[in-house]
Amino acid sequence: MLEVIHVNTFYGKIQALWDINLQINAAEIVALIGANGAGKSTLLKTISGIIRPSSGSILFLGKRINNLATHEIVEMGISHVPEGGHPFPEMTVRENLELGAYPYQSWKQKNDTLKEVFQIFPRLKERQNQLARTLSGGEKQMLAMGRGLMSRPKLCLLDEPSYGLAPKTVLELFQVIKTLRDRGITILLVEQNVKRTLETADRAYVIENGRIALEGKSSELLQNEHVKAAYLGS
Amino acid sequence: MPILEGTKVCKNFGGLAAVSQVDFCLNQGEILGLIGPNGAGKTTLFNLISGALVTRSGEIKFKNKTISKMKPFQICRNGIARTFQSVKVFPDMTVLEHLLLGAIFGSAGRIPAKEAKKEALSLLEFVGLKGLENVPARDLNLVRQKRLEVARALASRPEVLLLDELMAGLNPAEVAEAMNLVKKIRDSGITIIMIEHVMKAIMGICDRIIVLHHGEKIAEGTPQEIASSKTVIEVYLGE
Repeated sequence: MLEVIHVNTFYGKIQALWDINLQINAAEIVALIGANGAGKSTLLKTISGIIRPSSGSILFLGKRINNLATHEIVEMGISHVPEGGHPFPEMTVRENLELGAYPYQSWKQKNDTLKEVFQIFPRLKERQNQLARTLSGGEKQMLAMGRGLMSRPKLCLLDEPSYGLAPKTVLELFQVIKTLRDRGITILLVEQNVKRTLETADRAYVIENGRIALEGKSSELLQNEHVKAAYLGS
Repeated sequence: MPILEGTKVCKNFGGLAAVSQVDFCLNQGEILGLIGPNGAGKTTLFNLISGALVTRSGEIKFKNKTISKMKPFQICRNGIARTFQSVKVFPDMTVLEHLLLGAIFGSAGRIPAKEAKKEALSLLEFVGLKGLENVPARDLNLVRQKRLEVARALASRPEVLLLDELMAGLNPAEVAEAMNLVKKIRDSGITIIMIEHVMKAIMGICDRIIVLHHGEKIAEGTPQEIASSKTVIEVYLGE
């Protein structure tokens, strides 16, 4: 479904990603793990078009997307839930969600999608008329994820969705991620909750200093000595 | 004697009781954990203690002096410093400038700039940011920005430090480093309240834990008591 081929990305003169190759198949959950600063968020931003790769290409459903505008990439079916959520603070929860549904095809279905999102995150339904800035940190995270689902994406890029969530909510979140996959949404998941992520994902890539250091089935990476020492704290 | 004490502390946002009749006390030299579901009122309580928000009713006392009507800078100069859940650094200022800001504007007495700089450099070493003093904050990764916030808070020479989700977004190896840092701060004589969802950290370093739910205190106890509390498992821990 998604192919990242020999991608190099720079911030000014500093190279952040080095010759990244990655594939994601339809209805897979693929995890991307690595230390802070390794390049995980940069890779997601490169896929969603927020940052341009300086070389290499990115194909989505066989079409090249790394020359498209971000909104065109969203319309093609990729949504990006950024690290930290970044909801629009002076808009209500409901307005933030509706904004996520702006692509034409999604807009027509927005009421149904909204119901689904409220089902997944009942807290957002309770708070739908509040301004987003009045939400707690964890609730903002839920809102960002809900907004990302409103465009009815085929591929969802999730950047640390469990950030700041209570343990019980984290358990529910990983259930939600599986539910999304069961509904046919492909997931690329960046997470620091490495153990639970590898237990949830089908495959995973380990990124270190901007390069893919390891890739494989999650079940195998869970047993990998390097992964255990560097990311599982065991 | 408690260094910080809250009595029937309340805060409303419109019709929502964000913090409701919360009593708490912090004993000198301890690490107190503050946990609870998202939206329970944890950060709001920090905002009330640090003066970013004003209590609707109730009282907060620091070393037996009422601080609940003071401005944030006065509370900071009195000796309560904090970090923020969503990191609030000044993107274009250097690491060193952040610390000078904390030292010169956040501490009780006037500190000569020269002394502030000397202290800042030793603090940077303490939190593991040595060598980065001339880097603008925007160029630091999240782990380092969080450490910078800790250093800026420490630069104001606090007696109480409020840490709001220092461990969020860190991987297990980074969490272990952050836990060591918190212990080192406590061992240097600073009393700590920390909001955290990373259970390994909370259970590993807190002396006591308070649990908030819908703005109310629903449990308080040692890590063992909290981990085995039926109510806490039901509303917060899950499984």
